[in-house]
Amino acid sequence: MFKSLTVREALRDAMAEEMVRDETVFLLGEEVGEYNGAYKVSQGLLDTFGARRVVDTPITEHGFAGLGVGAAFGGLRPIVEFMTFNFSMQAMDQIINSAAKTLYMSGGQMGCPIVFRGPNGAASRVGAQHSQCYASWYAHCPGLKVISPYSAGDAKALLKAAIRDMNPVIFLENELLYGQTFNDVSQDPDYVLPIGKALVRREGKDVTLTAFSLMVGKALEAADRLAEEGIEAEVIDLRTLRPFDVETIVVSVMKTNRVVSIEESWPFAGIGSEIAALLMEHAFDYLDAPVMRVTGADVPMPYAANLEHLALPQVESIVEAAKAVCYHS
Amino acid sequence: MPKLLSEKEALKAYRDMLLIRRFEERSSQLYGMGLIAGFCHLYNGQEAIVVGIQAVLNPVDTVITAYRDHGHMLACGMDPKGVMAELTGRIDGYSKGKGGSMHMFSREKNFFGGHGIVGAQVPIGTGLAFAHKYKEDRGVSVTFMGEGATNQGQVYESYNMASLWKLPIVYIIENNHYGMGTSQERSSAGPNYYGRGQGWNIPGEQADGMVLQDVMEAAKKALDHARSGKGPYILEFDTYRYRGHSMSDPAKYRSKEEVEEVRRHRDPIDQFKAYILKTLKVKEDQIKTIEEGVKAIILEAVEFAKNSPEPDPSELYTDVLKEVTSHV
Repeated sequence: MFKSLTVREALRDAMAEEMVRDETVFLLGEEVGEYNGAYKVSQGLLDTFGARRVVDTPITEHGFAGLGVGAAFGGLRPIVEFMTFNFSMQAMDQIINSAAKTLYMSGGQMGCPIVFRGPNGAASRVGAQHSQCYASWYAHCPGLKVISPYSAGDAKALLKAAIRDMNPVIFLENELLYGQTFNDVSQDPDYVLPIGKALVRREGKDVTLTAFSLMVGKALEAADRLAEEGIEAEVIDLRTLRPFDVETIVVSVMKTNRVVSIEESWPFAGIGSEIAALLMEHAFDYLDAPVMRVTGADVPMPYAANLEHLALPQVESIVEAAKAVCYHS
Repeated sequence: MPKLLSEKEALKAYRDMLLIRRFEERSSQLYGMGLIAGFCHLYNGQEAIVVGIQAVLNPVDTVITAYRDHGHMLACGMDPKGVMAELTGRIDGYSKGKGGSMHMFSREKNFFGGHGIVGAQVPIGTGLAFAHKYKEDRGVSVTFMGEGATNQGQVYESYNMASLWKLPIVYIIENNHYGMGTSQERSSAGPNYYGRGQGWNIPGEQADGMVLQDVMEAAKKALDHARSGKGPYILEFDTYRYRGHSMSDPAKYRSKEEVEEVRRHRDPIDQFKAYILKTLKVKEDQIKTIEEGVKAIILEAVEFAKNSPEPDPSELYTDVLKEVTSHV
């Protein structure tokens, strides 16, 4: 039942299956059609569905994000691709003020079923303006759902759930994951995952590592290293950042009593800050050490290879943080 | 002047313009009494535009505008009671009191807001046009903006996509000559707004927004163009707002004489009244009956809006997300 696919293929299959299922679903964005996607995520969709449903836009993020919102108000289900989420800053007013708030502002009458998707976070050597994680920016806003999957199977099942959802969903992918293969992709077109549920990817009793997207892989690597030193880390793949599955983390903390949060983005007011606050509220008595955050450095992303490496969370820093909360020298 | 209107249609148009005028006058009073708060942008003076355009729309057509929106809502047939109750922040308002003056919608009447960010309604209206074309429902998106909004970049992003994809949309520019306190001369280079679609091959036209028949004639032509698959059309209407930008604006950037001059010589309701009395031979007592009817509707709306309760505290956390999924 599960097949081995790259994340890129899994995302394409999710869109293709939903476009077959629902005539109102269409894809809109820069280079999604004739070019087959800047990162080839929409490979073949134009051939299958035609230009009416796979729409190449001009370079006009603010405009096409707003157009997508209007199309959703008008009864369609747009998938809006940002070539990278860095460009979504041009469109943020439409995403937050128009897509996220209108259901509330209309007393429940309107609603905006739309998916904004694309690669998020640092790729490699593309500098400050093209290397930024938007997880905490969007997760901050009521009225949005925010998903950031790791494996191909999750990417497919969660993107399908996002397309079927009645709300605006921010779907944060990762360029470095696109080419990775996972043997967990369901071939059942009706298989979707619930939005808002984290997954324990590795069980352990000594320390909880939380991560999402690319950082899940780093956390799993760190757990392997820690095991060599006798520390059993539990790795939680957050998968959704809003609504946030605090319960899965609390259950884990009741067992491990220690938490390290890992994310690519900046430390201040990040996802890790939120996890620390939530654990103060929900699991204070279970903590045997302060929550530690492993994050990107608090600087714009540098271009130089050595500096870029220093600016991003590495397996070593995760291992170090886990040992610190375990008071393990 | 060609006869665009039957007597019945003319009387309805007169009634609708008067309803908007009286509604706004009463909103202003309620604002003074503290029953309406925050931002409240009145439409007095611009009534002929929405009433004239609404008169030539088909039921499938969609309407979207910015925050000077009470007139648009009343013109498309939304209930004055629900609009007024939203202004007073009560549960029986169109948005349960959670939206306010700038944020009301009616799916039933195909009115898509009510948007508070200058210019943001323009790409959304373009998206409504995209949906009309995608669904092949023969509808046209009528997207209103003020002349102040036309200096926002997203307007031109929209013009480009609308023309590129031949979307069925009419962009309506209500030029009341002041973007908040900044006059047209101080904000906009170039001679006009209707011509700003030229670079994208979008035809444009200017008409007197104080004369209802002129509005209708221009709107009919523009809608026919958009509906026939020829793509977008831009209409600029010369108009004037009698009140400040919002209730907190004393409008010191223009002279009293300027406002009085327009009120005295170009008022859309007075002009239309004179026209129907003279040309359509409508009787004074028919006008009187309409005026009394409007008065009663407004009084009823005010009483309703005063007596409707505030939203229950439990409403604070409702309507943030829709918790059902698609069932196609």
